[in-house]
Amino acid sequence: MNIVQGKGVSQGVAHGVIYFYHRPESQVEARHNCDPAEEQVRLNQARETAAQALLDMAEAARAQAGDSAAELFETHAMFLEDEDYTGAMDELVAQGCNAEYAAQQAGEQFAAMLAEMDDDYMRARAADVKDVTGRVLNLLLGVVEGGIDSDEPVILAADDLAPSETIQLDKSKILAIATQGGSGNSHTAILARTMGIPAVCGLGEAFNESYHGKEAYIVGETGQVIFDPDPETLQSLETRQAQQTERQELLRSMVGQEDVTLDGKKIKLYCNIGSPEDVSAVLANDGQGVGLFRSEFLYLAASDYPDEEAQFQAYKKAAVDMKGKRVIVRTLDIGADKQVDYFDLNKEENPAMGLRAIRICLNRPEVFRTQLRALYRASAFGKIAIMFPMIASVWEVKECRRACQKVMDELSAEGIPFREDTELGIMIETPAAVFMAPELAKLVDFFSVGTNDLTQYTLACDRQCNDLGKFFDPHHPAVLRALKMAADAAHEAGIWIGICGELGADTALLPTFLAMGIDELSVSPTAVLPLRAAIRKSIAGTCDLELLKG
Amino acid sequence: MKSFTYTITDPVGIHARPAGLLVKAAKAFAGAEITVSKGDKSAKATQLMKLMGLGVKGGDQITVSVNGGDEEAAAAAMEDFFKNNL
Repeated sequence: MNIVQGKGVSQGVAHGVIYFYHRPESQVEARHNCDPAEEQVRLNQARETAAQALLDMAEAARAQAGDSAAELFETHAMFLEDEDYTGAMDELVAQGCNAEYAAQQAGEQFAAMLAEMDDDYMRARAADVKDVTGRVLNLLLGVVEGGIDSDEPVILAADDLAPSETIQLDKSKILAIATQGGSGNSHTAILARTMGIPAVCGLGEAFNESYHGKEAYIVGETGQVIFDPDPETLQSLETRQAQQTERQELLRSMVGQEDVTLDGKKIKLYCNIGSPEDVSAVLANDGQGVGLFRSEFLYLAASDYPDEEAQFQAYKKAAVDMKGKRVIVRTLDIGADKQVDYFDLNKEENPAMGLRAIRICLNRPEVFRTQLRALYRASAFGKIAIMFPMIASVWEVKECRRACQKVMDELSAEGIPFREDTELGIMIETPAAVFMAPELAKLVDFFSVGTNDLTQYTLACDRQCNDLGKFFDPHHPAVLRALKMAADAAHEAGIWIGICGELGADTALLPTFLAMGIDELSVSPTAVLPLRAAIRKSIAGTCDLELLKG
Repeated sequence: MKSFTYTITDPVGIHARPAGLLVKAAKAFAGAEITVSKGDKSAKATQLMKLMGLGVKGGDQITVSVNGGDEEAAAAAMEDFFKNNL
């Protein structure tokens, strides 16, 4: 067995033959006695053709890997419009140099400028400049871009791959990518991840052309290239591969499918996210909405109260990116295990039962108002819903509603657009809210159960206490009965109820949830497709409440 | 001349993609010369590679100044651009 260790940059296990990619040679000859006018025409043509090819590639990338991959190629095309870069070429041509030499020199000069910067990300961009320059050179030299000369799919190996090379290669022939250079930051790594191809980079000189044509395993998780695995390793690799294939096939078949049981009960399958950037994961996993957008990140990441504008931008981004699908934002939920210095809260003996979440908001109307204004302003850009955490009393909800009305009145007076029909909901996390559910349901548009806190408060088990073990049981019949009481109250009042706690993704409880008529499950993005598969196999009519028995 | 200062919130700073977007946004104001500076280094907002060469990272304070053309509109548009993208 022989293992070459690199850095795993895209997960997965692949097995196949190593194919070393040969870049078409661009031999550049320097000449200094050319006709500037003639060379300038050639250079202009090559640049225009290259820019057009990059824009075409941007379209191809958009279809294969989405907007951000496409924007990369659009930026490459813009390099060719950069006056400093093209100007450097033009100047050499004006002095009588041939177009090839001029392009190469300018490319080296700007790549060197970026390579010298004190910033890993920028250093990686030097490769982008070289890539663009290489494209112009190939056009000038009449070199045709190379492909993969093999009928069978291969493990593509190279010293390093330029993003344009990765996107141009025939994906049906690539099982995995292994490169000597590169980093997790490189666009090749990013593209490999979005396209779901295992990739290992930074393998160094130990991984060289002598391996061309050899069989190998690529392990994206560990960053290893394994040759001639011993029987034990081979078995574990094959098991992993089989599991992976099975999982991928199952999950791929679930994208675009409806979340409905065999007997037609529809479930809203939403995602929990912690920042607007997570929306891409929601969309990639085909989540149908955001069931819990934890707004704490805005507060936890800041050193002072985040202002209305910063919050507005974050909520707006999520609403816009979700393209009209529901985005439920939970208002500030700090206190207990999430402490923020600038809130200057008193130290509490038992913070889980202290001043936290909605209690802070109702005590500090200015903090609450800022967040509500940002949320209502964002409501004009998509389907925002607002959810209040840690509710125990009817008066709390009434006070929240008054605060919302006040904000809406302010925005109307200021002529700022918002959606008046923005849905309002509450978290069901306290036993008090369960008991009061029939009254609470009349005041809101939806319930969402936070099972972690509901378990903690129902069972009197501190979530932060690690020694409780078997006593902290989210499957406890008391917790499930509480869920049922809340669900019955919600349906009685004609509103929907969801679960956004960790229990939502627990497929062992899915039949129980279906029997209760839970309408929505909000889970981490990666749990969406497995849960969808489970829902589509279920028959709601035959589910029972057996687990609620003591 | 109109100018404003802005503190970059994107942790990676002015990297390739936003730099490209910035150039596009700046080119919409043909009559105005828009300059981005960090410390003693500066680049025109239409110079893609020079912008990247400024090495602007998250937390850095930059100054954007607009000269000529519809200064008011260009400065406002630039301020919006930075808030939305960086």
